[in-house]
Amino acid sequence: MPEEEVVPAAHRSAWWRRMSPRMRRASDSFNEHLRDTVRTGRRVDESFYDELTEALIAADTGVGVAERVVVTLRDVVRNEAIHDTGEAVAALKRVLAQIMAKDRELHISDRPSVVLLVGVNGSGKTTTTGKLAHRLRAEGRTVLVAAADTYRAAAIDQLRVWADRGGAEVVAHQPGGDPGAVVFDAIQAAQARRTDTVLVDTAGRLQTKANLMAELAKMRRVAERLIPEAPQETLLVIEAATGLNALQQARAFHEAMQLTGLVVTKLDGTGRAGTVLAIEEELGVPVKLVGLGEGIDDLNVFDPPAYLDALFNP
Amino acid sequence: MFDSLSDRLTAVFRRFSGRGRLSKEDVEAGLREVRVALLEADVNFRVARAFVDRIRERAVGSEVLESLTPGQQIVTIVNDELVALLGGETRRIRYQPHPPTVVMLIGLQGSGKTTSAAKLALAVRREGHRPLLVATDLQRPAAVQQLEKLGRDNQVPVALPEGSADVPSVARRGVAEAARLNCDVVILDTAGRLQIDDALLEELRRIRQMVEVNETVLVVDAMTGQEAVNVGTAFEREVGIDGVLLTKLDGDARGGAALSMRETIGKPIMYCGTGEKVGDLEPFAPDRMASRILGMGDILTLAERARQHVDEKRAQEVMEKSMSGRLTMEDFLEQLRQLRTMGPVEGILGMLPGGRKLMQQAGSAMPTERDLSRMEAIVLSMTPQERRRPDIIKGSRRKRIAAGSGTNTVEVNKLLKGFDDMQNLMKALGGKPGKGMRGKAKMLRQLRGLDPSSLGLG
Repeated sequence: MPEEEVVPAAHRSAWWRRMSPRMRRASDSFNEHLRDTVRTGRRVDESFYDELTEALIAADTGVGVAERVVVTLRDVVRNEAIHDTGEAVAALKRVLAQIMAKDRELHISDRPSVVLLVGVNGSGKTTTTGKLAHRLRAEGRTVLVAAADTYRAAAIDQLRVWADRGGAEVVAHQPGGDPGAVVFDAIQAAQARRTDTVLVDTAGRLQTKANLMAELAKMRRVAERLIPEAPQETLLVIEAATGLNALQQARAFHEAMQLTGLVVTKLDGTGRAGTVLAIEEELGVPVKLVGLGEGIDDLNVFDPPAYLDALFNP
Repeated sequence: MFDSLSDRLTAVFRRFSGRGRLSKEDVEAGLREVRVALLEADVNFRVARAFVDRIRERAVGSEVLESLTPGQQIVTIVNDELVALLGGETRRIRYQPHPPTVVMLIGLQGSGKTTSAAKLALAVRREGHRPLLVATDLQRPAAVQQLEKLGRDNQVPVALPEGSADVPSVARRGVAEAARLNCDVVILDTAGRLQIDDALLEELRRIRQMVEVNETVLVVDAMTGQEAVNVGTAFEREVGIDGVLLTKLDGDARGGAALSMRETIGKPIMYCGTGEKVGDLEPFAPDRMASRILGMGDILTLAERARQHVDEKRAQEVMEKSMSGRLTMEDFLEQLRQLRTMGPVEGILGMLPGGRKLMQQAGSAMPTERDLSRMEAIVLSMTPQERRRPDIIKGSRRKRIAAGSGTNTVEVNKLLKGFDDMQNLMKALGGKPGKGMRGKAKMLRQLRGLDPSSLGLG
């Protein structure tokens, strides 16, 4: 594999420089709402807490998280004798940062490591698979992509285009085939070729379809049979604009698949993905990657402080 | 977490029912529950607030507080307001007197435009028209192939871009193609775009300059959260839309996004996607959506589907037969097949009041499509005589049936046992009329004691 594709450290930090302006778009309307809440010189009062709760709900955190977080904030404000609303928001960010204090590394040092990408229809699994392949290749890894979405029309073609862009090889069967068999072949091929990482693009499925969830669990078992530690990562792909159903999704997929992380896609839109707070709080599954656009480079590691800043900074 | 709104409300108001009257504070507590339930169904927070204000006005202004069942009264008001909010009538595609009728599907990435285009084409064809699909999504890799395949699989013609990368002219060529193929409805599948992407919004406006679009339909994922309002408002302002098509309603999303959109942009929800198959698109019915948001199930849709798929007279016969304990495996097989034509099990259960809760409780004990296939296989491996008289099935027959159906004797036993239990239960239900409450109570006990897995469904 060509080694000149290893990305210099400077480039890597550039991913992050790009996140803030793009996330800013997402938070524009949100901040409009907040601007008045935290205008300079305003003192912390009851209506401030109400507005803050509403602002969090407007970001899709759900009523439960919003209320719990604000209760904690009240304590902090009292204990630290905070009066200014700006300071209170800074304190709120610290409260939220505590929920988000987690390990967000991808654990893919085994060779081969298997990464399963799962999620509901249209969340962006195929696109994410392509971008992740590119990203891992840029870090100097060899990547094999398994086209385990054998259901959706032309999904395999779509994946091939993305894998091409990402410089990864594809293992695919016929449309309509058994996805478990694709996983099996891909891992065997990876073992034979000593490939570093196998990315498995699965078909979208709603978490309420028991038979499709069972199919997913089978893919997991197939991977396990070949490599006891596999899948090293099972990532749930969710879309930033999804509401509280994302929590239902996370619960169901976690139960069936023991998730190791989340990928939040389309965060360059206006969705603010507040549900990840609810998911991280309840299930402890961390966001590991975020999708910020349609380009092959638009997949970044998740950085909670940057996310919270983009969410709250007016 | 997603407790049904009506459950919550009744619980709140039941607490006060002993007093016969409700205080203002009681009402406030109830309204807070309404607001939280709406927010948990992803209704936009502003819409939820305005909604609760309206309920408060009606609840306080009327004789609700003095009535004997104030809690129930308020639930009724909430339901009425929900239906009013969702829009009274069903709005479908309006066909032009002079063809073609051009329908353009727009929306965010991943909302389900391409799948919906194919589903809509079939719906249009069911209404006696001839649809043509036009692939104008030149953005997403393989989107054109996806539409082409969907068209081929369902015998709907698809106009392809053929080299040109200019979306508006592809659309225009598509409309010309419709005239040539004698198609009277043209469905444009456009690329997904953010409602803040100016360049791509301009592309939609240019399509409309080149082609006379009669219906612009915004495709929205039912799982969308608070953002739905901004998406809807922006597309309406920038492009202008005639209605909304809601997708992925077959999951457990409450679909509050629909409510938010209707309220803020005032456009009707026209259709909703309710399954993975291309046939799974239904005209939107506001009262049913209200029930769904309230968590009261969707009996009407279920009844309608049953009418489509079930022969009523035959069902009556089977019912009578089973009441007298003369149900055969053949009847069972027929019922099983009819059930399956109505759609996936989880979809059907989800339409029953409390069905979703039941599914959550049942968890992995829920019969899957695969379980049903295996049950079918078992019955099909029985001889005609065995099907008529399952009690003759003993050891060696069981083994043969298991081998023939590719299952094992445990599964065969389970099915037979379940069938037997069902027979007995039905006999109890049908037998000895006039026993009054005692008979009914016994029956209910039996029903409750019935383990779903004992029906061979586990």
